Amino acid sequence: MLDIRDLHATVGEKEILRGISLSVGAGEIHAIMGPNGSGKSTLAQVLAGHPAYEVTGGTVTYDGEDLFAMDPEERAQKGLFLAFQYPVEIPGVSNAYFLRAAYNAIRKSKGLGEIDPLEFLDYVEERLRLVDMDPDMLSRSVNAGFSGGEKKRNEILQMAVLEPRLAVLDETDSGLDIDALRVVSDGVNKLRRPDNATIVVTHYQRLLNYIVPDFVHVLVNGRIVQSGGKELALELEAHGYAGVAA
Amino acid sequence: MSFAEQFRDSGPTWLAGARRAALDHFIATGFPTKKNEDWHFTSPAAIAEVDWLPLRDPSGQVQPDDLAQFTLGLDAPRLVFVNGRYTAALSSLAGLPARVRVLDLAGHWSDAAVEKWLTKLATPTRDAFTALNTAFAVDGAIVHVGADTVLETPIHLLYVTDSEAAKGATHPRTLIVADRHAVATVIESYVSIGDATYFTNAVTEIQVADGAKVDHYRIERESDRAYHVGTTEVRQGRDSRYQSFSFATGGALARVNLYTVLGGEGGETLMHGLYMLDGTQHIDHQTRIEHAAPHCASREVYKGIMDDASHGVFNGKVYVQPEAQKTDGKQTNNNVLLSETAQADTKPQLEIFADDVKCTHGATVGRLDEVALFYLRSRGIDLEQARTLLTYAFAADVLERIDQPEVRKALEALTLERFVGGGAELVAAA
Repeated sequence: MLDIRDLHATVGEKEILRGISLSVGAGEIHAIMGPNGSGKSTLAQVLAGHPAYEVTGGTVTYDGEDLFAMDPEERAQKGLFLAFQYPVEIPGVSNAYFLRAAYNAIRKSKGLGEIDPLEFLDYVEERLRLVDMDPDMLSRSVNAGFSGGEKKRNEILQMAVLEPRLAVLDETDSGLDIDALRVVSDGVNKLRRPDNATIVVTHYQRLLNYIVPDFVHVLVNGRIVQSGGKELALELEAHGYAGVAA
Repeated sequence: MSFAEQFRDSGPTWLAGARRAALDHFIATGFPTKKNEDWHFTSPAAIAEVDWLPLRDPSGQVQPDDLAQFTLGLDAPRLVFVNGRYTAALSSLAGLPARVRVLDLAGHWSDAAVEKWLTKLATPTRDAFTALNTAFAVDGAIVHVGADTVLETPIHLLYVTDSEAAKGATHPRTLIVADRHAVATVIESYVSIGDATYFTNAVTEIQVADGAKVDHYRIERESDRAYHVGTTEVRQGRDSRYQSFSFATGGALARVNLYTVLGGEGGETLMHGLYMLDGTQHIDHQTRIEHAAPHCASREVYKGIMDDASHGVFNGKVYVQPEAQKTDGKQTNNNVLLSETAQADTKPQLEIFADDVKCTHGATVGRLDEVALFYLRSRGIDLEQARTLLTYAFAADVLERIDQPEVRKALEALTLERFVGGGAELVAAA
C-alpha cells in the first residue's frame, strides 16, 4: 500500500529525514518509535504534505501512485489520514460543518453527490459513540478551547468519519490520561479492517499495549536503525533508545 | 459651482445660524489632505476634485421590489430615503409603540427634539465633512424614544441611491434620541441600486440618556464607484449602554467615523465592526471612545479582510480623561490580507490621563494561517474551499457579537455570499 524509499526531507536548511525506507501493506499496523528530534513527526507530516517540509530525495508510492505528485487534499481524498500531534484550532467553523465538508470533499472526489445533512448527522452521532464524545462538541468551533484530550479524540472522530485506508497517528497518546488513551485506542482498533493500514508514531511504548503493532521501527537521527516485531517496543521500554542509537 | 454658490439659507433661525457657521468653517478650511493627522492613511482628494451636484429634490426610480435585498429579512418599521429624500411610498411605520417617534427631518426641522439636539452633538465646525453636511443637509431621519420606553423591534433607516444620483451629493442627517431608560435598536443602511458614481456625506447624532440603551447598526454597501463619508457622534449618560456594529463593504472610498463620549458614571460602549474590501476599494474606520467619567467600560473589536489591491484602514483611539478613574477599556483590530497587493494600516491608540485604569489594545495584520489551511486540506478540503472557510471563520468571530438575530443572520449571509457564493449554508459554530 505504502512504499517509502530512501526518503530525505528538510525543514529550512536542516535535513531531518536522512534516507528512510519502509513498506506498509494492507491490514498491517506499524509503529514508529524514536527519541525526541529523531524525525518521527516529520515523517508523518511529510506523508500528509505539510508545506513547511521539503522533500529532497527518495520516493513514496501510495497504492502504486507517486504520493508527492498529489496535493495534501488529494492524498486525503485517496484515503490518507494524519491524526495531528497538535490539532489546529479553527474558531468560527463548527466541528459539524468541518466534518461534513471533509466527508463531502472526499465523496466528491469519488464522483459521489453530497450527503443529506440530516443523514450525515445520524452517521456522525454513531461515530461519536466510537470515541465516547459528547454530541455537544459538534456545535463547537473546531478544536477551539478543547482540552488536550478532547483534541486528540476529535482527531480520532475525524478518522472514524472519514474511514481512511492509511491512517498515520502522530503522538496521539501524548497528553492523554489512561482512560482517554483506552477510549482512543479502542476507537482505532474498531476501525481496523483487512484493507486498511495504520502507522503509529509514538515516543512511548504505552500506546502499543492497546494498539498492538505488527512491526516496530526505531527511528534515530532521521534513519530507521532497527526494525522488528512488537517485542522490540518492550525492549526499547526496558533499555531506552541509547541501546539502539549506534 | 462652488459650495458658497450652492448654499441656500434654510430652516428655522437656529439652524440657519448653524448652517452659516458650518459653511464659513468649510470655506476657511477646505477639504482635509493627508497632512492632516486624521487623514494620514486616506486621501480625500478623489472627493475634493469633483464638482458634486447637490441633490435637493426628490428623484429616483426605486420600486418596492428593489428593497427586498436591503431589508435584512426584517419586518420592521422603516424609513426609506431615495437619493437623499424621504420617500413615504416606500416607507412603513406600522406598529410603532406610543412614545416612539420616527420622522423625516425635512418636514420636522422645527421639532423641539431637533432644536435641542441637532448640531449639538456633531457641531457645525467639528470637521470639513460635518460642516458640509450641516450646511447642505436637506433631509434625514429622527428617531426619538421616550423615557422608560422599550422599543422591541429595530427601526430601519434605509438610504438608497440609484443611477439618477450620478455625479450628485447627498448629505443625510440622522438624529437618534433615547431618553432616560429608553431602549432602542436602530439600523442605518447606505445602499445602492446600480453602479453610479456619487457622494454620500452622512452625519448621525445619537443621544443616549441616563440608563438608556441604544443598539446601532451601520451598514455601508454603497456602489463600488461611490464615495462615502459617514460620521456618528454619540453622547452617553450615566449607566447608559451604546453598542454599535459597523458593516462596511461598499464604495470606491469610504470613511466611517464613530465617536462616543462616556459622560456619566457606569456607562458602557461596545463597538464592533467588519470591513471587507476587494478590487481597489479603500475603507477607513476611525473611532474614538472618550472616557469622561469614572467606572465606565468600553470594548472594541474591528476586523478587516482585504483582497486584490484594496486598502483597509483602522484608526481607533481610546481617550481617558483625568477624572475617568476605574476605566476598563479593551480595543482590538485584526486584519487579514488575501492577496500580495492588498494593504492594511492599523493604528490603535490609548491616551490615558487617569492613573487607576485598566486599558489594553492590540492590532494584527496577517495572512490566512498556513497551518490551519494545511489542516483543512489534510482532510480532503481543497485549497480554495479551505481559504474560503478560514476567511469566513475570521469574519464570523466578530459577526457572532451581533445581538439582533435577524441582523446577525443577514450579515452572515452577506459575508458568506461574498466568499462562498450565494446559497451557501451557514458555516459558523452555533
